[in-house]
Amino acid sequence: MTTSDATDRPNTPKTRVRSVVIGLALIVLAPLVITGAINLQQFQKVYKNKVENELSVMIERHSFIIDSFINDRLSDVRVITREHPIERLADADFLRRVLNLMREEYHGAFVDLGLVNQEGTQIAYAGPFNLEMANYSSADWFEQAFANESYVSEVFAGLRGSPHFIISTQRRFGDEVFILKATIDFEAFNALMEGIRIGDTGFAFIISRDGKFQTSPRFDVSLNHHPYADVLDGRIRSDRILVVDGENRLGHSSIFTFAPLKQGRWLLCYQQETADALEAVRRVVRMAIIALVIVAAGALTVSFFVSRNLASQLAEADRERTVMTHQVIETGRLASIGELAAGIAHEINNPVAIMVQEAGWIDDLLNDDDPTSEDNLVEISRAVGQIRTQGDRCKEITYKLLSFARKTDPTVRAVVLNDIVDEVIGLTSQKTRYANVQIVTELSPDLPSILASPTEIQQVLLNLVNNAVDAIERPGGTVTVVTRTEGDAVVLEVRDTGKGIPEANLARIFDPFFTTKPVGQGTGLGLSICYGIVEKAGGSITVESEIEKGTTFTVSFPRESPDNIQSTGPNNERESL
Amino acid sequence: MIEPSVLVVDDEVQFVETLVKRLIKRGLKVNSAYSGQEALDALSGGEATRTDVVILDVKMPGMDGLETLAAIKEEHPLVEVIMLTGHATVDSAIEGMKHGAYDYLMKPCDLDVLMTKLNEATTKKREHEDKILEARATMISLRRGD
Repeated sequence: MTTSDATDRPNTPKTRVRSVVIGLALIVLAPLVITGAINLQQFQKVYKNKVENELSVMIERHSFIIDSFINDRLSDVRVITREHPIERLADADFLRRVLNLMREEYHGAFVDLGLVNQEGTQIAYAGPFNLEMANYSSADWFEQAFANESYVSEVFAGLRGSPHFIISTQRRFGDEVFILKATIDFEAFNALMEGIRIGDTGFAFIISRDGKFQTSPRFDVSLNHHPYADVLDGRIRSDRILVVDGENRLGHSSIFTFAPLKQGRWLLCYQQETADALEAVRRVVRMAIIALVIVAAGALTVSFFVSRNLASQLAEADRERTVMTHQVIETGRLASIGELAAGIAHEINNPVAIMVQEAGWIDDLLNDDDPTSEDNLVEISRAVGQIRTQGDRCKEITYKLLSFARKTDPTVRAVVLNDIVDEVIGLTSQKTRYANVQIVTELSPDLPSILASPTEIQQVLLNLVNNAVDAIERPGGTVTVVTRTEGDAVVLEVRDTGKGIPEANLARIFDPFFTTKPVGQGTGLGLSICYGIVEKAGGSITVESEIEKGTTFTVSFPRESPDNIQSTGPNNERESL
Repeated sequence: MIEPSVLVVDDEVQFVETLVKRLIKRGLKVNSAYSGQEALDALSGGEATRTDVVILDVKMPGMDGLETLAAIKEEHPLVEVIMLTGHATVDSAIEGMKHGAYDYLMKPCDLDVLMTKLNEATTKKREHEDKILEARATMISLRRGD
């Protein structure tokens, strides 16, 4: 297990990819969906207005056509009435000729022609029915026709028993008033309505003001419901083109359009289901959704690849950072060694000086007049012994130094802090002796082990002890190294009686390259490396300081989980020694 | 033969003992001290008049070489001091030269070189003393002349 492994951190490349994909997708899609929805809503509104306007125009045009149709037929009848004397009009053969002419001209819009006298008797008739001498004196239309110069009736069944309506005009011949009436073919009239068909559900029909169908609607229509009922009883004004929203008999939302006909006596009605009328909008919505799905899929794909790429770059950066951290730690360790070297050089220099001195002494004795005198031999033997003793001393020092100078090994294992404390204090003994610093240890005998790299922890402690010794000025002082257990934490404390750290510097002491030592004497890396190492081991490092009283560094590590203390404890002791 | 009178000061007992033996063998008058304070005590106890040169280690626990040098130069300005140093403390030795040390030698040092330095330092000290005596005599004769 190595600490540089990134997979045991929560932020693995996979979760990174997922969160970046989700984030990017949200960033890309949210505005798309929102603007899309707003645009569609606006579009629907505008398009509905447009549709309603078009419907209005269409209905107006058709109402004009229908009105024209009726007026034209009325004019035809009036022309005939004015043109010909009563004798001719009363002649059924003449009427038949005229009717044939008009049927040819207007493709059978006229069904029949008849002349009715003021008693209501049809005195001449041309047409398919046998209505000569029929009496209309009691018919509704007759009264109206008699009262008005020209008249267009409602649609009714009448004597013939099939729906039709009448166009009539009157003329006075002498004392008598005659009415020339023409019947308009309902089917032909109905065909005008059939022409008004839009989409699947759009259809038109004509009703009279009193709610009678003048043409038969293509689909079932109930005049008792909104908006027909409201329009017919005048709650909604319909003297101009009118567009109303409502529901049709099937309960579907529909658009209703009304236009007055025959000076407002009839109403041209048009109705169409809204969904059908706004079919174009539906198509646009469908296309927008398809486009959105395509864009979303594209965005997701792109963001997936981008973030996967990003994640792999991050992972790469992580790896580089781990390597860098390791290099920085290595650099710091070499710097600590540099600091140690001064003390160690002196430490080695002393035995070497003694050895040289003893060798010189032997030389002196050998140059005596009697080199083999007993006294001389004893002295030479003592000198040789001394050389051996001092040689051993050198060997011990170089061993200690080498044990530290071997390359740092970031491998994490169970570490007993007390062993490391002993090691480091051994290393710094020379330095502390010359600085008049006494090192006191208060080590908890049953300290649990921690999980960390032994060489790195060694480096942390060496840095802290070096700093503590450096903080103590003449005439000397005490550095206390404490280990203890606090709950689940194993605590290492390095306390000095030195000059203390000014408050302004306290916040910065863990910053890389922050140093108060003269140029060339401190890299400013020591504490920042300690901080890095402790963090990596899942611990924390804090500092308390009081000017002229001293400084205490407290390092807290999580203890190794209780299950494996027993098994790894003794092993580890061997490893770290 | 000048026969310098020497005081060797170092915290390394074995080093001092052997060096003393070798210097005595070369006919020198040698005393030893194992710390700065011991050295000062020895000089104050009457050794000063007999001591020409102090061989002083720079790095010692307690009172270090530089502090001892300052104290010696203050109380016994005529006594010459030769600093002994390891590589790492050359800076301190040079600092010592500025404060009146005669010279410095790197440990481990060649005894012949040390002997030369001791002789030179002793000669310098004796000349110094002679000049002072001469000056005193001149002053006395001048006073008589008044």
